[in-house]
Amino acid sequence: MRSARSAGLHPAIIAAAVALGLIILAVATPMLALVAIAPSMPSLGADYLAFVWSITRFTLLQAGLSTLLSLVTAIPLARALARQASFPGRSIILRLLALPLALPALVVVLGIIEVWGRQGWVSTVVQGIGLGGPLNIYGLTGILIAHVFFNMALSARLMVASLEQIPPENWRLAAQLSFTSRHVFRHIEWPVIRSVLPGIASLVFMLCIASFAVVLVLGGGPKATTLEVAIYQSLRFDFDPPRAVLLAVLQILLCAGLFVLGGRMATDIAVMSSVGKPARRPDQSTSRLTDMLTIVAGLGFIALPMLAIVVSGVTAPFAAIVSQPVFWRALVTSLILALTAASLALAMAWSMLAAQRTIMRRRTPSRTATALVSGMQASGSLILVVPPIVIGAGWFVTLHKAGLAGSAAPVIVAIVNALMALPFVLRILRPAVVGQAQIHDRLCVSLGISGLHRWRLIDLPVLARSLALAFAFAAALSIGDLGAAALFGSADFVTLPLLLLQKMGSYRSFEAAGIALLLAGFCLGLIWLAEQLKPGAQAQ
Amino acid sequence: MTGSAIKLDRIDFAYPGGEPLHFSTVFEAGSFTGLIGPSGSGKTTLINLIAGFEEPASGGLYFDDVNAAGTEPADRPVTMVFQDNNLFAHLDVFTNIALGVSASLNLSTGDKTLVATAMDKTGLSGLDKRLPRELSGGQRQRVAIARALVRDRPVLLLDEPFAALGPALRRDMLRLVSAIHKERAMTVILVSHDPADVKFAATHAAFLDAGRVVANRPVDDLFSASDIPGLQAYLGI
Repeated sequence: MRSARSAGLHPAIIAAAVALGLIILAVATPMLALVAIAPSMPSLGADYLAFVWSITRFTLLQAGLSTLLSLVTAIPLARALARQASFPGRSIILRLLALPLALPALVVVLGIIEVWGRQGWVSTVVQGIGLGGPLNIYGLTGILIAHVFFNMALSARLMVASLEQIPPENWRLAAQLSFTSRHVFRHIEWPVIRSVLPGIASLVFMLCIASFAVVLVLGGGPKATTLEVAIYQSLRFDFDPPRAVLLAVLQILLCAGLFVLGGRMATDIAVMSSVGKPARRPDQSTSRLTDMLTIVAGLGFIALPMLAIVVSGVTAPFAAIVSQPVFWRALVTSLILALTAASLALAMAWSMLAAQRTIMRRRTPSRTATALVSGMQASGSLILVVPPIVIGAGWFVTLHKAGLAGSAAPVIVAIVNALMALPFVLRILRPAVVGQAQIHDRLCVSLGISGLHRWRLIDLPVLARSLALAFAFAAALSIGDLGAAALFGSADFVTLPLLLLQKMGSYRSFEAAGIALLLAGFCLGLIWLAEQLKPGAQAQ
Repeated sequence: MTGSAIKLDRIDFAYPGGEPLHFSTVFEAGSFTGLIGPSGSGKTTLINLIAGFEEPASGGLYFDDVNAAGTEPADRPVTMVFQDNNLFAHLDVFTNIALGVSASLNLSTGDKTLVATAMDKTGLSGLDKRLPRELSGGQRQRVAIARALVRDRPVLLLDEPFAALGPALRRDMLRLVSAIHKERAMTVILVSHDPADVKFAATHAAFLDAGRVVANRPVDDLFSASDIPGLQAYLGI
């Protein structure tokens, strides 16, 4: 009998170690560059500190208010959707709630301006019925509307998923005890929501702190600038690297602190497992009207900007847009960047998950292997602590000194976009890979199916849909990203979001609307295509 | 291929935070042994140790006097049928069985005939293109047994594979395994929570309690014995 367990490191573990090394290199190099120029920072005078403090305060204020508003609006929407579990179109509404995350922030901003701007739909109605002058969307108000658009939908979806885990026995018990809607909320729903609320709140807060495109367009003035936007302005407009360093360090400290706090606050969902069949909720009929009104209001808030993108986009002068060589350059650059970033993110995620699968199969993994698993889990969330704009800023400073910022731009933007997509790719793939491993690992080991044979016969057919979805989502994130591309953008390096920003800045709103519709179409089309694959057959 | 003798020599094993288990026993070549005992007595752990899914902390495991230490599950002279998840849900019946011949599915004409013969023998003729979800519970377990046949290993381990089937279907499956055992003289070990199944199909029975093999005897001897601690309480006599 052949002894194989002593035969050195598994190839999956070597691949994961290489991926981990690349991630650390991509993040640590710019960080070291930022630290290296710290000694050249000017003395921190009172004006300087006041400037930094005002930016920090606004960053925290907008993130705090955005989080609060997102959660306060998401709770009734999630309750209504969870309670009315069987009305027609519910699944379409839940899918609609997933769309904002896949849409480029700049496209959403354009839609929000169409609806809420001075000449937008809401202003027209408000003025038409004599309720006042046009609305001013620029500043804190616009930033909050955009952040609530993204995060109410995300929070509501996460809460609905948790509420759906409540065992049916609880509803039978509630019916027996004559619970009203208020009792149901207090004794059944709130304990579940409360258990997930800290995790959702910290996620939304971090997303709002790292929001770039929204603040760049709807804020950006001295009174409405966040750390991310100030870093960008320090490098692109003032070319003041020391100030960018100070702001970047502050941004990292804020994100790291929040990340640790969020991790500590996260608790398990307080529900018990069930063997029961689905049960009808006792408060379903009595709350139907208020639930429908809540769903319509929430849906309207989410759907109107998306509708505005379509309405203004279809009338755009597409012939003029496609006749511009810069459009084709931007399109090709964006596609190449998206495909590269998505492939890179998928390769890193797969190598890490395959290694985790291999290591966790061992009953007594070595210390090195355990450390590698911890490192891999942490690296997946690294981008939440060190935002893309900070990594981009570090690389920009490093490469600018060497005169390589222009030529290396595509590579750096692709890497930063891949890192940005990594947590999402891992989130999509991990449950599928873990579930697949639980079902097939023992059988594969028993039959000696491993390596490429396993990939071809088992992993690929079963995980094809998850892999395609992860790839599509990463590509959509990359194609719509403005962060790193904005730092490195030039006449020679233009992406579609950069071109959209330029059109918006030069008041070519019709062309902007057309490009926004194309971008949205690309992102949603990619995800729709991936969803057309059949789900992996896992259940016998 | 005839069966191998299996010797467990003072094997110690413990799950993290669990009670230590100590196994010492011999399964004779060509025997059909039913493992019985209370829940948590270590029945599944014992066959997982034999299959190589668990590594003992100390002690030796021998197939025909060859030490199996450090040998991967696929390289042991063993084939195992689990309680569930025996089949790849996205592969048809023929492919699921053929994986027992070649993990890369490079099949010669002879290999294909081998698979077809195993399907005949297990009552699966004509079902080769069906997916697992299109089969009944009994048919799925037949596919797993057909794959065990084409693997042609001297030891067949069965970890309660028929527990989810009704009594009549369970008897049918036990008859099938019994027939294969007689034809091939394989060493068969069956984990069962039903002593009646063991009496029905096995030549030997082993009683496990608190992580030890308390007795391993010919089936009639074991069930008529009054000197085995814990057995009568387990059987409710």
